[in-house]
Amino acid sequence: MESVEKSIPGLSGNVLLYKLKRRLPYIVSYGVLAITTLPVIFMYLWLIIQSFAGKMKYGLIPQDFTLENWEFLWTNLIYKGIELPSIWLATGNSLLFAGTLTLFEVLIGIMAGYALSRLSFPGRENILKLTMILHAFPSIALLIATFYILKFLGLYDSLFGVVLVKTALQIPMTTWIIKGFFDDVPWDLEWSGLIDGCSRLKVWFRIVLPQVKPGIAAVSIFSFLSGWSEFLLLYTFIISQDNVTLASFLQLLTSDPNQVSYGVLCAISLFYLLPVLVFFIFTQKSFMQANVGGVKRA
Amino acid sequence: MKIELRNISKSFDKKSNVIEKMNLKINDGEFVALLGPSGCGKTTTMLMIAGIYKPDSGDIYFDDQKVNHLEPKDRHIGMVFQSYALYPHMTVLENICFPLKQQKIPKRERLQRAKEAAEMVRLGDLLERKPSELSGGQQQRVALARAIVKRPKLLLLDEPMSNLDAGLRIEMRAEISRLQKELGITTILVTHDQEEAMTLADRIALMKDGKIVQYDTPMKLYHEPVNIEVAKFIGTPPMNFMEGTVVGNQVQIGERTYPMDEGKFDLTGSNEVILGVRPHDIRLGWTGDIRFYGHVRYVETFGHSKMIHADMAGNRIQFFAEPHLSIDTGAGIQFSFNLSAIHLFDKETGKSLRKPGPERTEMSVGGAASY
Repeated sequence: MESVEKSIPGLSGNVLLYKLKRRLPYIVSYGVLAITTLPVIFMYLWLIIQSFAGKMKYGLIPQDFTLENWEFLWTNLIYKGIELPSIWLATGNSLLFAGTLTLFEVLIGIMAGYALSRLSFPGRENILKLTMILHAFPSIALLIATFYILKFLGLYDSLFGVVLVKTALQIPMTTWIIKGFFDDVPWDLEWSGLIDGCSRLKVWFRIVLPQVKPGIAAVSIFSFLSGWSEFLLLYTFIISQDNVTLASFLQLLTSDPNQVSYGVLCAISLFYLLPVLVFFIFTQKSFMQANVGGVKRA
Repeated sequence: MKIELRNISKSFDKKSNVIEKMNLKINDGEFVALLGPSGCGKTTTMLMIAGIYKPDSGDIYFDDQKVNHLEPKDRHIGMVFQSYALYPHMTVLENICFPLKQQKIPKRERLQRAKEAAEMVRLGDLLERKPSELSGGQQQRVALARAIVKRPKLLLLDEPMSNLDAGLRIEMRAEISRLQKELGITTILVTHDQEEAMTLADRIALMKDGKIVQYDTPMKLYHEPVNIEVAKFIGTPPMNFMEGTVVGNQVQIGERTYPMDEGKFDLTGSNEVILGVRPHDIRLGWTGDIRFYGHVRYVETFGHSKMIHADMAGNRIQFFAEPHLSIDTGAGIQFSFNLSAIHLFDKETGKSLRKPGPERTEMSVGGAASY
């Protein structure tokens, strides 16, 4: 011990160098990450500042603090002389849209995923391939055909109709993800359930589904977020103000570039962002688990 | 419960059969091991008995009732899987209770029976843990408890000890043997470990390539293998083999001929034969009936004995010797064995040349030996 203590003063320069060397990779990676994320962070910062500022100097420095931009929370906005629908209606619609979409996707996904992972039926391989192709299809290419179908079914301008369209477009990917999780559940577990007195359906529900919880969580998050941020389909197939969602609401405000109030736009954008942040904070644990992948096995 | 398989065949790709026309009879309360190398179809057979796989053809009978189309849940079986297959999201107690819950047994009785089962496999204070918090041996006990808690009529064990370390394996072997005797339950064990099969089972069905090669008691399997495959598979270290030619009532090996026991073997139909002797039956020195020269290839030390690997006219021979013996590699040695220790097989067919003895037919009355 003594000799070590004595030797330290003489070596202090080297120790410092050694420490620096060891930390160098961290310094470099933090540096690179900081520089690359700076623009993104700056954008969000600007969004927040802008929404609370009355005026901006040089487009950067806020002048006076105001809550004027946030007025949309308690009054209906007037834009180009027309009264816009309440933001709460749009929020409600967005929630409804994303929620139903999530429900549909998860319900269909867990059933289809299980079937593709576990049941052997003719055409299984082809269905697997086909789902991939379906996923690769850009939804824009389908807009016109979808329009005719919705019109035919009387679902044009209804949120439910768009939910169906969006679900159909998302299902292939969802199914693929969930299938991967089902693949990881050992057959033994399922057989064990069968021998212990369950029917196939009960085994699926009581034993297999609990094993793919992380997968269900991941898919729920993905579909909720994609439902929340959906714009194109809603913009195309929804016309009435009663069915407006947040994304379309924002679009309404920017339709005429000359009359855009950037303060209000920023405030609404922030408002639009908020649920996603909250959602992410609550679900990030299962989100991360899903990213690392796989079912924890006993 | 009595189990009977009649002409069972199963194939997964419609080209080759995994199981081919298999027949097997298991008596009530009997402990039978399905023994064989991996890929020989033993687990497939077990899963067909469990009802997970359906046989392509043939029938399965439980107590003389055909159960081909009975769902696994209605077959009154308990099973321990190689991976234990414990439900990861349930505690140990919930795992053990699960089969009873499916039978809609009231909660109070459920808990009581689960605790009894846990007691039986000595799992006392682990009931509130999750399977992931248990060691391999403990997980295996939970799996056993879950299999016996519903008082099944048939217990299926699929390589239950292959994931345990050597010490634990011997402990669990004793445990399983005790449980099976206590409960008097018909049990089928799938294993590739002959020691496990020999020590646990009343009868062993030795399987190869989807067929039962020999179905007999462990002693019979060891002492009277029906063909060279069985002789090769059963016994550690494995049996020694030498090739020879039949000359009248004698067998010529190398330069010399040796007389054979005519009462035991039928040499009439064969020309080329393979003579087998277990390492335990060979001794150093010419004290036995049949004597050989050879030289030492190398010597292994085991502590309680030494094993000599010798070369005898091109045949590899291994046998045990005194632990304190010192012998050089390449040294010439003499060794011998008794006539009674000899097994003879036809070289072409691999079948044993042993004459069917009176005791053998007697045995088949009880067990219906089939191969």
